[in-house]
Amino acid sequence: MARDRMIGAAIFATLLALPLLLPLVGADYLMGLLIKAMLLAIAAISLDLIIGQGGMVSLGHAAFIGVGAYTAAIALESGIEEILILLALTLAVTALVALITGALALRTSGVYFLMITLAFGQMIYFTFTSLAAYGGDDGLTLWSLATLFGSDVVQNGEGLYFFVLATLLATWAGVHRIGLSRFGRVLRAARDNPQRAEVMGYPITRYRLVAYVIAACIAGVSGLLMMQYAEFVSPAIATWQRSGDLIVAVVLGGLGTRNGALLGAFFIVLMEEILSSLLHEWRLIYGPLLVILVLYAKGGLADLMAPRAKGAG
Amino acid sequence: MLEIRHLSKSFGALRVSDDISLALGPNECHAIIGPNGAGKTTLIHQISGVLRSDAGEVRLGGRDVTGLTVWQRVQAGLGRTFQITSILPSFSVLENVAIAAQAKAGGSMRFFAPAARDAALNDAAAAVLTRVGLADRMEARAADLSHGELRLLELAIALAARPKVLLLDEPMAGLGRTESAALIDLLAELRAEVPMLLVEHDMDAVFRLADRLSVLVDGRIIASGPPAEVRDDPGARAAYLGAEA
Amino acid sequence: MSLTLFLILCLNGLQYGLLLFLIAAGLTLVFGVMGFINLAHGVQYMVGAYLIFAFTGLTGSFALALPLSLLAALAIGLLLEYAVFRHLYARPHLDQVLATFGIIIFLNELAKVLFGPTTLSIETPAFLSGAIQLTEQLRYPVYRLATIGVGLAVAIGLFATISYTRIGMLVRAGSTTPEMVAALGVNVTQLFRVVFGVGAMLAGFAGIIAAPIFAIEPGMGDNILIIAFVVIIIGGVGSIGGAFVAAILVGLIDTLGRSVATDLMSLFFGPSMANQVGPALASMLIYILMAAILVFRPKGLLPAKGVVA
Repeated sequence: MARDRMIGAAIFATLLALPLLLPLVGADYLMGLLIKAMLLAIAAISLDLIIGQGGMVSLGHAAFIGVGAYTAAIALESGIEEILILLALTLAVTALVALITGALALRTSGVYFLMITLAFGQMIYFTFTSLAAYGGDDGLTLWSLATLFGSDVVQNGEGLYFFVLATLLATWAGVHRIGLSRFGRVLRAARDNPQRAEVMGYPITRYRLVAYVIAACIAGVSGLLMMQYAEFVSPAIATWQRSGDLIVAVVLGGLGTRNGALLGAFFIVLMEEILSSLLHEWRLIYGPLLVILVLYAKGGLADLMAPRAKGAG
Repeated sequence: MLEIRHLSKSFGALRVSDDISLALGPNECHAIIGPNGAGKTTLIHQISGVLRSDAGEVRLGGRDVTGLTVWQRVQAGLGRTFQITSILPSFSVLENVAIAAQAKAGGSMRFFAPAARDAALNDAAAAVLTRVGLADRMEARAADLSHGELRLLELAIALAARPKVLLLDEPMAGLGRTESAALIDLLAELRAEVPMLLVEHDMDAVFRLADRLSVLVDGRIIASGPPAEVRDDPGARAAYLGAEA
Repeated sequence: MSLTLFLILCLNGLQYGLLLFLIAAGLTLVFGVMGFINLAHGVQYMVGAYLIFAFTGLTGSFALALPLSLLAALAIGLLLEYAVFRHLYARPHLDQVLATFGIIIFLNELAKVLFGPTTLSIETPAFLSGAIQLTEQLRYPVYRLATIGVGLAVAIGLFATISYTRIGMLVRAGSTTPEMVAALGVNVTQLFRVVFGVGAMLAGFAGIIAAPIFAIEPGMGDNILIIAFVVIIIGGVGSIGGAFVAAILVGLIDTLGRSVATDLMSLFFGPSMANQVGPALASMLIYILMAAILVFRPKGLLPAKGVVA
């Protein structure tokens, strides 16, 4: 646990210091890459709450990124620009969508849960493609962006970087605390031995649903920020392949560890960047790489970094 | 405390519980014996709500709990253990019991305060663990316990919720002679505090602990009464006791 | 809507449903028998479509290309089984998801590299081209009728195999009590391979017969895979009968929904609103059906006996 926090502290110290160093190498490009990685990391950490701690493999998590992004974009289009209000709206809408789909999906478990989250994710994706007024398939370019107390500081550059970093830190710390809390250990108890948790007196579906909604809300926030960063939103943000990428990030980093999900997300963004600069058809490498990782490196990157403590949150 | 009326359950054409009625008074230990496949564990599952009954009623302290789910019955005061040890292997022994105590204490929708340092829960859990004799194993990972210790942890988890009635499904399963004897002593003590319905093959335990004894064969209770009486009941002897008593 | 249009839509829906059945059948058998969740099953559909495209180009004859494509689809399926999937049967579902996700990424990209990113199409085979007069006002393409016929024939063949043959008995036993099959001394590895091969070939076959009707493009299997999941959830996992009923239901509802939703919505909203809500609602219909099934019958319409949902 202490070790977790130290690695986390090191990661965040690095992320905090990088903008000071980056101007030396002179790269807006690198800053953008880091923002992209941090945004994916926020979503990956939220997914780890349900997969790693809840034991619920959701293959529709990117849909909530989409719900967040579209909620914010539609609100922006109708003239709401304050980011804190957008945040509140995003949270409310994602929570509602997650509550409904989660309550239905949690009537089952295991692989059925996986199929149903995938199906609902796809439904949400198609809903976006049919929003003709907001660009349909092609997506929507935003002519105005969110402001913080009327200031445009969170619209790009370092202001956006630090805002995203702060959100990532809040996510990391929040999920960390949830893992340690009374709620978190009930969630893990239900993962390890659902029948026992029930006979301890816990309505486990309720706990799983709450975790599912929390995770969706965090993903929704990352969606809002992705929209803000890209100045654009399209259904592509919510494809099921994105959900797959998030699972890859979580598993690659090691289940049930926030640092793992964070580094897994960074790994994916950087790998895509590097591989795609070497080879346009980089997916020909990425695909087999996943297969090999699954077959031969079971515990993920976390196994290489630290011995895995299963019970610990 | 616990009253079961006309409980029935069928799997297809197989009637595994056939119109079972029994009552458990305060400070009473009611043992259920019967050959393998007689439906003892099924009965425990039905009472605890793990299996839905086709017909019949379960009342706890005068309250009808038949319509309640598993967790609601536990919250209402119906504790149980499993024949096959069911614990949280990746948690510490203390945590296993603290989580069970937490269900009783409430507040499980708290998201921020670290639970591992929650003194009230830990004290409650430690008290139960001391009671069952696992005080010196509190910090161990549950997966690392010996079989005998696991049986005790199983019992401690059930006790942590401070149940009004305890359903014990073969608590002695797989224990050696000394371990069994110690557990029997412990259960004899506990009997004064919480009434128990005991399913057990170990006849020493049954005759030491039980105030009443019911013999279950093919899903039906064929004899019921004080142990000494049942022991002499020819039907019960023929069906089951003959071999062991 | 005229009766003729309605009939056409029903036939289209039936045809789409049968395609879905061919895919869902393999998926549900593979999952039922081996507990293996194969996301790459949809890719097999894409592979079938590209194979028929390639072989038709090479041989110039659909009739000749069909058996070649089927064999190649089978071979590719078995190759994947041998190289990757068989190592995953005993693994957690999460591993299976990740590895098969990797296969999807690879094969989709490979299709793009080999055939280009644009959509392709093939001609309806000459001997099945044209349309026939079904009723006074209804002309329907022969090829589509033929696919309906073939789809039904395959479905009946599959039912017969599963109900009356030894291998079918093993498959049924395997999807309810896998331990029993192993205990019977059956070579489980071989049983798995056969079931997997048949599943892969069925999906490939669906891709083959869909090729002259739909666009051939990279990633075409992904969406249909997800619809196949919806079919399985509605029908009940591991159940061929359930998959059949659900597939036809989904095919009909989706096809009819897409054409009537906008009209239906214009009864409640203004035309511009209806144009917005209609298509969105139409694309959601089958998922709403799935949600309703989950509420009222969480194990599906016709669950395989013994499968615990």
